[in-house]
Amino acid sequence: MKRCECIGMLYPELDDKVVVTIMGACAQELYDLGHKENFFYLQHAMGLASSIGLGLALHLPHEKIVVLDGDGSVLMNLGTLATLARYRPRNLVHVIFDNGSLLSTGGFDSHTTSGITDLAAIARGAGIEQVASVDSVMAFGEAAIDAFARNDLSVIVARVAAVGPNHYGMDLQLPENAFRFRRWIAARKTAAVKPGGAPALSTQESP
Amino acid sequence: MSVSYENSKVVFQGIKDAGITSLSALPETWLGLLLQQAEKDPDVRLIQVAKEEEAIGVAAGAYFAGERHILLMQNHGFLAAMNGIVSLALLYGIPLCMLIALRGHWGEPYPWHTRGGIVTEGVLRALNIPFEYARDPKEVGRQIREAYTFSQSSLSPVALLLTRDLMEEAL
Repeated sequence: MKRCECIGMLYPELDDKVVVTIMGACAQELYDLGHKENFFYLQHAMGLASSIGLGLALHLPHEKIVVLDGDGSVLMNLGTLATLARYRPRNLVHVIFDNGSLLSTGGFDSHTTSGITDLAAIARGAGIEQVASVDSVMAFGEAAIDAFARNDLSVIVARVAAVGPNHYGMDLQLPENAFRFRRWIAARKTAAVKPGGAPALSTQESP
Repeated sequence: MSVSYENSKVVFQGIKDAGITSLSALPETWLGLLLQQAEKDPDVRLIQVAKEEEAIGVAAGAYFAGERHILLMQNHGFLAAMNGIVSLALLYGIPLCMLIALRGHWGEPYPWHTRGGIVTEGVLRALNIPFEYARDPKEVGRQIREAYTFSQSSLSPVALLLTRDLMEEAL
């Protein structure tokens, strides 16, 4: 399966979620479906998308956070899986697209190529209980539905082909993305209401 | 030499007085007593990372979430966090208020800390990260408050260097 097929399947579900992607192909494929204000593209700092997700998830307990990660990025920050397991943010879905390749930088094999390194096993070994390992679009969709419905930290390792878009570029400056992303979250917090209609607890905005 | 319990309390109180509700940290000797207090405080969330670069991501997430967050680390952890500081915080204009234990500087008896201590100020200058030294327990609360304020207004990393004078018991 292709990563773009998986992202295409997720896309309609992302309107009300806080989304962080890694750089390169993954960011571009999401952007090409149509940018939304709740998408943050981490165009560098490989490895930190899941750490940003942790910071968001712990401080926004009423939001669902979705991190779209990759094998190369996760391999740069394996400690993140242990930190995620320790704090277990129940509102975080960590999708790792494993294409076994450092695709955006020339397609060199990563350590997951040919199954040498098993990221799902590492995630389980780090202490994450809900880990799915999928290699078909159907199985990915089911795992994503389960993860979105589940009130627990969920990792989905999706084995995908090492193919990406034939173009790169966004009409979005990097700080602009950060400012607008933060503003979307702030507006959500202000507008948030509990099911009963009373204002949510966490509406405080820092200056 | 031992870590100053009194001054660790003063630094933690300074963090509280600055309205900080969330900390990310990697424990180190000089920060130990301070982090113990954070662990016990129900009004402060302590997020302990496996490596300091993770904390740059956590801090960015906290910032996006509108939380008043600071980072506590040793200077060698600051060096280990470099790409996150450059290619997340500086690149996107994300504020970081870093309290950094300045090991390996004046009076340092341990050889293994020295090289990192010698280069810390130069690295901060190279990155154009504003910094101050915290030496005096009477001043550190104000310095923490001002560091946080400046990080938010400048959308920049700022560093407060916690020195031996402040963090160790006087001989």
